[in-house]
Amino acid sequence: MEESQATFPRYLLHHAKVRPTHPAAREKDLGIWQTWSWAEVAAEVRALACGLAAQGFQRGMHLAIIGDNRPRLYWSMCAAQALGGIPVPMYQDAQAADLIFVLNDAEIAFALVEDQEQVDKMQETMPQVPSLAHVYYDDPRGLRNYPDVTSYERLLEIGREFDRGNPGFFEAEVDKGAAGDVAIMLYTSGTTGKPKGVCQTHGALIAAASGGIEFDRLTADESILSYLPMAWVGDNLFSYAQALVAGFTINCPESGDTVMTDLREIGPTYYFAPPRVFENLLTQVMIRMEDASRIKRALFRHFMAVARRCGAEILDGKPVGLGDRLQYRLGDWIIYGPLRNVLGLSRVRIAYTAGAAIGPDLFRFYRSIGINLKQLYGSTETCAYVCLQPDGGVKLDTVGQPAPNVEVKIGDNGEVLVRGPMLLKEYYKRPDATAESIDADGFFRTGDAGFFDDSGQLKIIDRAKDVGKLAGGAMFAPNYIENKLKFFPHVREAVAFGHERDMVCAFINIDMGSVGNWAERRGLAYSGYADLAQKSEVFGLIRECVEQVNAELATEAGLADSQIKRFLILHKELDPDDDELTRTRKVRRGFVAEKYVVLIDALYGDRKEQHIETLVRFEDGRTNMVAADLQIHEAKHFPATARQAA
Amino acid sequence: MSTEQRSGGEIVLKLDNISLAFGGVKALTDVSMDVREHEVRAIIGPNGAGKSSMLNVINGVYHPQQGTISFRGKVRRDMDTHDAAAQGIARTFQNIALFRGMSVLDNIMTGRNLKMRSSFIEQAIWFGRARREELDNRRKVEEVIDFLEIQHVRKTPVGRLPYGLQKRVELARALAAEPSMLLLDEPMAGMNVEEKQDMCRFILDVNEQYGTTIVLIEHDMGVVMDISDRVVVLDYGKKIGDGSPDDVRGNQAVIDAYLGVAH
Repeated sequence: MEESQATFPRYLLHHAKVRPTHPAAREKDLGIWQTWSWAEVAAEVRALACGLAAQGFQRGMHLAIIGDNRPRLYWSMCAAQALGGIPVPMYQDAQAADLIFVLNDAEIAFALVEDQEQVDKMQETMPQVPSLAHVYYDDPRGLRNYPDVTSYERLLEIGREFDRGNPGFFEAEVDKGAAGDVAIMLYTSGTTGKPKGVCQTHGALIAAASGGIEFDRLTADESILSYLPMAWVGDNLFSYAQALVAGFTINCPESGDTVMTDLREIGPTYYFAPPRVFENLLTQVMIRMEDASRIKRALFRHFMAVARRCGAEILDGKPVGLGDRLQYRLGDWIIYGPLRNVLGLSRVRIAYTAGAAIGPDLFRFYRSIGINLKQLYGSTETCAYVCLQPDGGVKLDTVGQPAPNVEVKIGDNGEVLVRGPMLLKEYYKRPDATAESIDADGFFRTGDAGFFDDSGQLKIIDRAKDVGKLAGGAMFAPNYIENKLKFFPHVREAVAFGHERDMVCAFINIDMGSVGNWAERRGLAYSGYADLAQKSEVFGLIRECVEQVNAELATEAGLADSQIKRFLILHKELDPDDDELTRTRKVRRGFVAEKYVVLIDALYGDRKEQHIETLVRFEDGRTNMVAADLQIHEAKHFPATARQAA
Repeated sequence: MSTEQRSGGEIVLKLDNISLAFGGVKALTDVSMDVREHEVRAIIGPNGAGKSSMLNVINGVYHPQQGTISFRGKVRRDMDTHDAAAQGIARTFQNIALFRGMSVLDNIMTGRNLKMRSSFIEQAIWFGRARREELDNRRKVEEVIDFLEIQHVRKTPVGRLPYGLQKRVELARALAAEPSMLLLDEPMAGMNVEEKQDMCRFILDVNEQYGTTIVLIEHDMGVVMDISDRVVVLDYGKKIGDGSPDDVRGNQAVIDAYLGVAH
């Protein structure tokens, strides 16, 4: 580790001095990767900060940042911090109406946004957000005739001029910064209630970042792909905090649609993705394999079986028989290596997943083909830094051991409590919520239920408030069941019900890409999602998945009663625009249960079919009614085979 | 965005008393219309009204039997396709006309053909001038790709793309020629609502950012009324209306042609 710095702008200046020509950021623009060195970034941030200062941005103010991952947006975060301001990144796909609350809550006066789409949103919100006065944009396309907005370039010019007139201003401002200052405010997506602004200090983020860097021995030579929403704490930790502390390179993809290609071109050494990204990658591989020739399919099947048998053990350095070892080596040569290359993960030294529980099979798949995928556990309030899995000590069903300098204990009600330097300073303007979530000893209540296993690794069962009991008394952990379902490429989303009921039932969303491809190969005609979802062939397909999950549940201690008895396939995909998912794509269980109460009643009744009408909201805010008759199907149950756990 | 800012340029293209017949079939009869610099000009009409024929006359695919065309001050009997392209008129077609086996990038590169000066031999060995030219042209093409947001299919063969994207690639190829006037033949036919919205946005952006004059044929009246500055209406090869979208909407002859006459 290098000498530690108190704030991110100081880290930036440090890198500009120590490794001025080392690449700090890359972005693919016009088909070519453009690179900026640390010295160039420092100069740009300086101009940007001076520009903001000249426009009236002051210490303690909030800067809204909205857009896809662009180096300029990351730099504007640093510029705001250099002035003692607080960047507030927001979800770029949120609708204007959803932004109003956050903009008002944070009293936003300055906003730096990516493009016309975001500028339109800002102008739409302005009448209801009186404080918002300055809007800057990065991409000038389509914005020529817009009044009252300023381009990023113009802001830089203003800044350079200001800098010439006030030499030493920038350095003085950076010097004023202290570790205890709030560095960033992130709004929790909130599966319930209004979003809360989580205030994180420089000190907390730097502690979390350095802890992770030390734990995984990260260096300035890492290269990562920054493609996750900037408003998510995970991206903030990996693409901003760790990059600035360790001095490694961030790479911004050309557009949201090119991430796969860009991933392959960059070949990151350190990779972070929520489980759904790994799920999508695997789904694509599986779809393509189904279309491959017979020989390739046979090879793939054979060597994946070998990998399942011994791949993860080889990665962990455990003893494996010579025959398997040789087979694995051969498989690495003809299947795993090329597969890693196709996925863009050839150079990955460490990959993490977090944000939601990952299906054990999914997790095992990546490890078995030689990708060092590990889990970590954390939340916005803890800078995504509570537990990490060590190399060689990875388990499928835990989230790892407490990270350096973090204390974890289990509360009386089974809730996971944590304490350490990475904890939030407070919820913005919500002392009540702050007091409620941090106890007298300084432990933060995570809201997750979990326990430590024999080897001292933390195992998370579910959200504490989601874990319920079946009417028969057995534990019901909906997330656990849903994750099992979601491992099947054909299942995109699932919602399980069962709390205080006599059986478990589920809603299922099919994966349009995967099932659509499956239907095409069978010559099954369909007009769209709703039509495809109600085909009897598709029901058969999904029933197989459900029954396989039931068979697995039957073998697990205490979960045999959680087998899914009845299920239906929803006529529409669950969507954040309809408030059914959070922006980070977690199911809002309560809301879904309320919205589709007729369907739940039908599941627990004995009906075979149920009519439903639903309001659907399109991306541009318009709405439409969708009606459908949903069939309800039953799945086979299996007798419990596991011995009951003590 | 107000439409007033765009219209009112000077007339760049003027068609006077154009008549076009294929044997006994009269496609166009004595039609006159003009296009102003920097406007979005729509041609509408029922099936078989002569809309595509009109575009084909403008860029020289068809040669009218009567009438004159004046483009940027030069009056002539008819246009020649090559001449039209050289003078900055680019177009897209109703049924997609792309090289299906070539990548999106290569297809768009063909739009730069007229801008290349190096000889066939130089291009074959990719040396000196040809290489410089290729780099410059590639940059231009990448700007168009960025503009139309098709980065993710840059290297995909066009035949594998969905219809809506192929339409966008065709627009990209036309834009790569850096035209001063763009003729679009039903750019939104067969698209879903979302694709139509995207396409509208792109057309308006092209018009605004590059100042390109746009002549388009479109059936979706919502689209036409939203994005055009002036609309000309054809029916059975004759002009029955010409003016702002509001004028045309209130024109009784147009209403009759579209909805049929009430009995």
